[in-house]
Amino acid sequence: MADDHKGRVDELSGVETTGHSWDGLEELNNPMPSWWLYTFYASIVFAIGYMVLYPSWPVGGEKDHLKGTLAWNARDAVNKAVKDAAAAKDPMVKKLMATDISAVRNDKALARFAGRSGKAAFGDNCAPCHGSGATGSKGYPGLVDDDWLWGGTLEQIQHTIKVGIRSEHDETRNNSMAAYGDDELLDKTKILNVASYVLSLSGHGKEVGGDIAAGEAVFKETCVSCHGPEGKGMQKQGAPNLSDDIWLFGGKPADVIATITHGRKGLMPTWEGRLDEATIKALAIYVHNRGGGQ
Amino acid sequence: MSNKHAIIEKNSILMVVLILIVVSIGGLVQIVPLFFLKSTIEKVEGMRPYTPLELSGRNIYIREGCYLCHSQMIRALRDEVERYGHYSLAAESMYDHPFQWGSKRTGPDLARLGNKYSDEWHVQHLINPRDVVPASVMPGYSFLAKTKLDYSNIGNHLKTNATVGVPYSEAMIKNAKKDLESQANPDGDDSDTDALEERYGPDSSFKTKVVYRDFDGNAKMISEMDALISYLQMLGTLVDFTKFNEKATIR
Repeated sequence: MADDHKGRVDELSGVETTGHSWDGLEELNNPMPSWWLYTFYASIVFAIGYMVLYPSWPVGGEKDHLKGTLAWNARDAVNKAVKDAAAAKDPMVKKLMATDISAVRNDKALARFAGRSGKAAFGDNCAPCHGSGATGSKGYPGLVDDDWLWGGTLEQIQHTIKVGIRSEHDETRNNSMAAYGDDELLDKTKILNVASYVLSLSGHGKEVGGDIAAGEAVFKETCVSCHGPEGKGMQKQGAPNLSDDIWLFGGKPADVIATITHGRKGLMPTWEGRLDEATIKALAIYVHNRGGGQ
Repeated sequence: MSNKHAIIEKNSILMVVLILIVVSIGGLVQIVPLFFLKSTIEKVEGMRPYTPLELSGRNIYIREGCYLCHSQMIRALRDEVERYGHYSLAAESMYDHPFQWGSKRTGPDLARLGNKYSDEWHVQHLINPRDVVPASVMPGYSFLAKTKLDYSNIGNHLKTNATVGVPYSEAMIKNAKKDLESQANPDGDDSDTDALEERYGPDSSFKTKVVYRDFDGNAKMISEMDALISYLQMLGTLVDFTKFNEKATIR
């Protein structure tokens, strides 16, 4: 390395070298490209302007920090964005709340609004259990068929969404299917028989291998108060129809026996509070429109 | 340009000293002003330290690396607020060591997951996510339901958190095991949910809620599933937003 940093002038380019030399390789002392240098200066100027306009410097005391001349902050900004979006929807929301739920479909624009709001809310909140197509899965009822546990009218669906089932809401829909096996209300043979009878209502009785006639006697004694004399269920109590071959917890003999043995306690959370009233109403309309509404 | 920089470049000690000065200015400018702020955490009602069971669940959450795909931070943006709920507050993670804000969302944000789905849903979903969400890419964690929760050292976990400023009292640390059992198995022999509520619930100085039940549906064993679900079901549920004075927090 050359000791003096005053370099010689390179003959080919006419530029001074730095004076460094590594095995005969030398370094040209070119200045910074001017576009780079001016961009750098501009960014310093921008930063000063930004500090003046936006919150920048904690100073403590009453003032806390310099607020900037625009007085911008993230929480105000999000509140305004949410408010603006709500204001844009407001006329339709007001109309939706003022319209009787069964009359919404008569107003084309309102029905479309409700359907789309409902769809968005369904995807965010309901799809994880009921499926993105509302088809349900084991333990979570499908909402596209005409089999309803607590009723499938618009009002009933709206109420179910609002209060939930076995939820923390004070007026929650609630019932209990006892654990006939676990609580020793029925012995194993009786459970097998009654399962046979229950499945015979939808034509699958023989698959269980119990005594259907004996099962019917047990059914008449134990199950009719909720599921009705013909096993058609009772929506007022949320007792499912057992004769339609639509099963919430599975319709295989083992599933039905498990249901009778251990009882079932499905849970649907209450959505009051988490969703506003208009969203719940829109959701009810959306769900009702899936095909099974009554 | 002058060639004075050659003096610095040729004197390594001088260079180190100057680098230190430049870096400390950068650091001090960012750190010192914070000492003059009264607080960077807003005042809210309802926040309390995690119960022993929730803390165990949180440890499992960290152990399994849930934060790699799930954030716990609802940003102050309209689309996030509309999807997940109220934006997250600094106060909501003030007892988190370390916080679980995360930086990547392969899955959804979990900051307000509590009470959104049933315990049973969580059990099914954790065992095999595709049973309930067919398009999910989340791995299954079926072993959680079969693994007994090891809480032999839970008191020490509380103690450690207390040393970094989480307000766990002597009584909380002493009764950590019992509180854990009471919350996961409220019908158990040694269960004392009144004491649990007195320490963490409405009767405590935190004036907030604590829920106790058999979270995984298996009363015979306190499993890792119990702990994790108790944690997930409380996420974002503590702060009472009806009493939250937003104006006061906008500074």
